[in-house]
Amino acid sequence: MPKLTINGKEIEVAQGTTVLQACEEAGYEIPRFCYHERLSIAGNCRMCLVEMERSPKPIASCAMPAGDGMVIHTDTPLVKKAREGVLEFLLINHPLDCPICDEGGECELQDQTMAYGRGTNRFDENKRAVTDKYIGPLIKTIMTRCIHCTRCIRFSEEVAGTTELGAIYRGENMQITSYLEQAMESELQGNVIDLCPVGALTSRPYAFEARSWELIKTESVDVMDAVGSNIRVDARGRKVMRILPRNHDAVNEEWISDKTRFAYDGLLNNRLDRPYVKKDGKLVEASWAEAFAAIKTAVSDLKGEEIAGLVGDLNEMEGMYAFRELLRGLGSDRIEGRQDGAALETKVRASYLFNSGIDGIEEADFCLLVGTNPRYEAAILNARILKGTRHLGLKVANIGPAHDLTYKVEQAGDDAAILADILAGKHELAKKLETAKRPMIILGQGALRRPDGAQILKTAHDIAEKFGLVTDEWNGFNVLHQAAARVGAMDLGLTAKGGVSAIMDDAKDGKLKAVFLLGVDEVDTSPLADCFTVYIGSHGDHGVRHADVILPSAAYTEKPGIYINTEGRVQMGERSVFPPGDAREDWTIFRALSEQIGKILPFDNREQLLKALVSELPHLDEIDRLPKSAWGAFGEEGDVARGPIAPIIHDHYQTNPIARSSETMAECSAVKRQRTEATGTHG
Amino acid sequence: MLNVTQSGGPFAFSEENQKKIKTILAKYPEGRQRSAILPMLDLAQRQNDGWVSSEVIEHVAELLELTEIQVLEVATFYTMFILRPIGRVHVQLCGTTPCWLRGSDDVLRACNDMGLETGKTTEDGLFHLSEVECLGACCNAPMVQINDDYYEDLTYDSMKAVLEAFKRGETPKPGPQVDRQFSAPVGGPTVLKDMITADAGKE
Repeated sequence: MPKLTINGKEIEVAQGTTVLQACEEAGYEIPRFCYHERLSIAGNCRMCLVEMERSPKPIASCAMPAGDGMVIHTDTPLVKKAREGVLEFLLINHPLDCPICDEGGECELQDQTMAYGRGTNRFDENKRAVTDKYIGPLIKTIMTRCIHCTRCIRFSEEVAGTTELGAIYRGENMQITSYLEQAMESELQGNVIDLCPVGALTSRPYAFEARSWELIKTESVDVMDAVGSNIRVDARGRKVMRILPRNHDAVNEEWISDKTRFAYDGLLNNRLDRPYVKKDGKLVEASWAEAFAAIKTAVSDLKGEEIAGLVGDLNEMEGMYAFRELLRGLGSDRIEGRQDGAALETKVRASYLFNSGIDGIEEADFCLLVGTNPRYEAAILNARILKGTRHLGLKVANIGPAHDLTYKVEQAGDDAAILADILAGKHELAKKLETAKRPMIILGQGALRRPDGAQILKTAHDIAEKFGLVTDEWNGFNVLHQAAARVGAMDLGLTAKGGVSAIMDDAKDGKLKAVFLLGVDEVDTSPLADCFTVYIGSHGDHGVRHADVILPSAAYTEKPGIYINTEGRVQMGERSVFPPGDAREDWTIFRALSEQIGKILPFDNREQLLKALVSELPHLDEIDRLPKSAWGAFGEEGDVARGPIAPIIHDHYQTNPIARSSETMAECSAVKRQRTEATGTHG
Repeated sequence: MLNVTQSGGPFAFSEENQKKIKTILAKYPEGRQRSAILPMLDLAQRQNDGWVSSEVIEHVAELLELTEIQVLEVATFYTMFILRPIGRVHVQLCGTTPCWLRGSDDVLRACNDMGLETGKTTEDGLFHLSEVECLGACCNAPMVQINDDYYEDLTYDSMKAVLEAFKRGETPKPGPQVDRQFSAPVGGPTVLKDMITADAGKE
């Protein structure tokens, strides 16, 4: 534990701490551009120079390990002069076009120049100019502004794992680019916009849209995948202008995926902004009263077993709860929340959670992926696995289709029956699970939605028990969800015998007379053609195709709501803007409808609803905590059939109605398709 | 503008060079094979008519399990890697002060008179002339580097002779173009002459 003196203050820091970190611990701010706490140390911007006694010149504090007996000064004339000098040099080739720069107002160079700069410039030669590079549809480049901190390069190598950016040429001529200006392929590339300390890399969709200070910032939670990334929604008026990450060390660190960041333009397209009722085979605009009346006429004479409900991927707890209560009021308890048909069970909570926790991946030393492609299903979680493989000795094996996951994976084949072989100890992976200290298994929906999904779940359960994946202080059994609403739906017990396919079959056979769809857009609704179908949702996507009544509801940025991520972590989303037109929050729709059909739901406001919800599910009261769920028996006995596991995501950028309505996502998807066709590889 | 040029055809190392690659790769410890990037690029450049095409970069990247941009970073950092087609005889003329004082302007004039222009390849694709900074042979100034060899102690006439020899398809003797052994005094040694005679006696 080195002890050092900083500005006369003695401080003891952990071994391996840098001088910069020690200064921060002591409470002194050190300006920096290239240093970033989640990236490797480069030491090339020189902004963090401090004075060290017995050193002939200032030292770069970010790259200097704190040593015992060091005497550091951060407030001497030498340090001031050094910072002024570095800034003056950085600004020599910086265009100073802040008035037309999108970074203006949130620019590290701007802020630090104000705080530490000389205020004037003595350089009157010609400035360097650099041609702008094309690096994809998401990131706009103005390379003349680049100060060569190389954060983006380090990010693309260390966090994204794709190593697509690099610095070509050298010295004054150094330029950041991708190879032959190809579009970047990473699902996390948008994060370089946040990392860039200047305006060299900015958001292309957000270019010249707004200034940071005129935006209303709302802290919320993302629904594009089941990670539950913490986000900040920046809105102006009724429009979401951009989405940025919020730091949450246990979930998304400070990254978000591109779908999370850029799908927001989908919130404006294809929106359902008023109710629709089918008249003479055609959907026509209607008032809420007309829509409710139509539903009342259709369902009032129906028996409970003639009604069923389906719940989609993006819903918050309040809406799903009110939906369930409404259908129960109608006498139906046939509500299905597993849109993809995964064979999940509700009786043991640990059976459908990512029990290790996302930051638990860093503690694991062996990870077995089963039927999942975390790069597409949960890009943030994949970055965590990459971090584990790079720095923490994590080894990864995969049963399922081979994908480029950005790290080294031992590909065991795509046959699900390998699981049974492992359980029987016949497969070499069995030995690896046995010798690992903290093994984990990540079970994807690709495996669980097979016809023998329940048997796969059972086999995985048995593997977890046999190979010591579940101990008192470690639970290595993990289910990775793709849908933000899934864990919440499971908590609410939204499973019906036979799942979606049984409901569809019964609807086709006429056994079901009315089906309610709450944001259901990922299933084929054609069997519902002859059945009375009510669609409640925000977008006119696949789900409305056979709807008889459409009730417009709010999207995730337009309503406060509780979301439970794949770990079982309960998080609160907030409203950032109001829903368009006549659209309403989901639970208010069900409350109003319940009154029309005479089965009034027992809550008049959100507080009352939450109270009822929490009394049923007490764990909802524990906001933002990783649950420790009791282990138990689950799954169904039986053989796992031989045969490949199919991937669940074919197009990462088009997995939900918001993303499908987003032009930015469509562009990303097109770029990806073009590349796949050009190289002839898949995945 | 792209930083590398395509050659149009695929690139693969010749059989002989593949053997050399094995030797090169064996020099580095297991897991550090990417360190072979410099010798491999050099080998590839020699095989590929003296320049590194985008196909070369992609091939080297594939062999070393790097991404293309990582290879491009290295290839653009070192001026010895040429990223566009170039004449077979690459004349690098030093114009730094010692050479300049000793008459590098005359040498340049000789080049120009032979049809070489700074930064350009001649139309027949034979010569490429580039002006470079000090190559560290000031004691033999003025000098040029032609491909791998230094031609030193040049004058207008001797430079012209060297280039004419290349034009005829010959490779003139590298080193000083005057009566001089390496950087020893012109016209033979001025001191320790006895040792020369003694050495001669031994042979």
